[in-house]
Amino acid sequence: MEITQQDVEKVAQLARLALTASEKETFAKQLSQILSHVDQLNQYDTTGIEPTATVMGQVNVFRADIVRPSLPVEKALANAPERESDGFVVPKIIEER
Amino acid sequence: MSLHKLGLVELHKKFTAGEVTATEIVRAYFLRISQVEPRVKAFVTQTKDSAYQQAEELDQKLKVWRKTHLLTGMPLAVKDNICTDGVPTTCSSQMLRHFVPPYDATVVSRLRSQEYILVGKTNLDEFAMGSSTENSAFGPSRNPWNLHCVPGGSSGGSAAAVAAEECAAALGSDTGGSIRQPAAFCGVVGVKPTYGRVSRYGLIAFASSLDQIGPITRNVPDAAFLLQAIAGHDPMDSTSIDRPVPDYLKALQRRDLKKVRVGVPVEFFTEGLDPEVEQAVRAAIGELKQLGAEVKEIRLPRTDAAVAVYYVIATAEASSNLARFDGVKFGFRAKETKDLLELYMKTRQEGFGPEVKRRIMLGTYVLSAGYYDAYYGKAQAVRTLVCQDFDAAFKEVDLIVTPATPTPAFKLGEKCEDPLQMYLSDIFTISVNLAGLPAIALPCGFSKVGLPIGLQLIGRAFEEDTMLRAAHAYEQSTAWHRQRPSIR
Repeated sequence: MEITQQDVEKVAQLARLALTASEKETFAKQLSQILSHVDQLNQYDTTGIEPTATVMGQVNVFRADIVRPSLPVEKALANAPERESDGFVVPKIIEER
Repeated sequence: MSLHKLGLVELHKKFTAGEVTATEIVRAYFLRISQVEPRVKAFVTQTKDSAYQQAEELDQKLKVWRKTHLLTGMPLAVKDNICTDGVPTTCSSQMLRHFVPPYDATVVSRLRSQEYILVGKTNLDEFAMGSSTENSAFGPSRNPWNLHCVPGGSSGGSAAAVAAEECAAALGSDTGGSIRQPAAFCGVVGVKPTYGRVSRYGLIAFASSLDQIGPITRNVPDAAFLLQAIAGHDPMDSTSIDRPVPDYLKALQRRDLKKVRVGVPVEFFTEGLDPEVEQAVRAAIGELKQLGAEVKEIRLPRTDAAVAVYYVIATAEASSNLARFDGVKFGFRAKETKDLLELYMKTRQEGFGPEVKRRIMLGTYVLSAGYYDAYYGKAQAVRTLVCQDFDAAFKEVDLIVTPATPTPAFKLGEKCEDPLQMYLSDIFTISVNLAGLPAIALPCGFSKVGLPIGLQLIGRAFEEDTMLRAAHAYEQSTAWHRQRPSIR
């Protein structure tokens, strides 16, 4: 599998990851190499084989819906890079017209 | 005899008998740390002040009423991707350099309720992604047996700290071998429990369907002891399994291996296996036979596929798990960004190191439109085949024995430039995580240049007791685990 720098740019955008020019070049080369190794999976016939997402196979683990103490606001905000009163501050999302 | 030379079970006995105080233990360990840590570099954070404070409080309390728990006064280290309330938990990443968790991981609250003493948080490959600790944002840890060699990874700091006697025992986490490979490289014991045996709540997620927390210790009884303390169901982790935890120490009492069937998978003894490792492992298999085990060859035909399956599934899950590091609620935030999108993109560019970025990229790629079926879907289907191989093998045998790693510890810098070669060094440990099975790595010899060699025993799901019993029987018949590095 050959990964181009355009592929790398597209994936980086999906991953919300800014990359330098040299990172793009390196990743294109390394991802191509790793995916070539992964391509060997095609030698295994998986027709009719169920995919495994988790090994113990639990589904819908329920518990009673009981009100319990949760993280206090001050503790939840203690690691915030920027905060104002009881909230996290982020750059403006809605653009002015 | 210096206190730091005692293992966990021995130290526990001495402490319970009242022969030593918690303060004396803490003093002995921090003296040891001051002597060797500048060379070993196992810790990201040392918690000396709180350790002394805890020890004094314990000693005062025990003067009044001598009631102790399994881990009372025991000095333990915890890998720095396991959350500790009020103590920084960095994942060895710039992203979490100043992160102080507001809660304890379930394993930590279990240790805390048993009055353990935290000596520090240990170094790892950033976000547990790596096999050498060279991907740590704070610099690599060293192998106590040879300071020019890596301690393995990603739990390299925990394994190095145990081997260098900087703590009585430690916790690590294992996604593709991250407990067993460093244990093998550092000549100590490492256990990856069955998936669901130990709660993952508060373990900073790398690949959720593969991650497990487990003990790294100086010998098998210590591993049984520490596993006992952390195993069991937790309502906070919906993938943890509600089934009784056996008495692991009691399981060690039987010393022979009569009627235990041990399988040797031919696929693990092929090209790429270091001759010295093969020799040591074959000798260990002979020893298991001497102890009464019935040894036979088995096949795990899809072993070759494991690394490829792993690097699709683990990176896919990682790319999703690491989406939470966006510079908004906690962790690093890039400065001077013009809008929210740029805040995300620059925060992640500056906060993550190269290996983490590489895996996020790979994981995002294999999940992206047009490639999902070809890569992620295919890998999940081949994962089923890998599981089927183990199911078939465990119809014939009770345990599987393999080398823990293809080679002894490699030199610092040796594999940094070639990610695929680094990935392939996990070839013997990865399939165990894909199948969710328990496995243990323990010392079985030394190379000519004096580096430890590790044996791996793989058990049936939830049969840690059988696995530990066999490991203990082997350990009792050899002296490898009694050797300690001189650290120079």
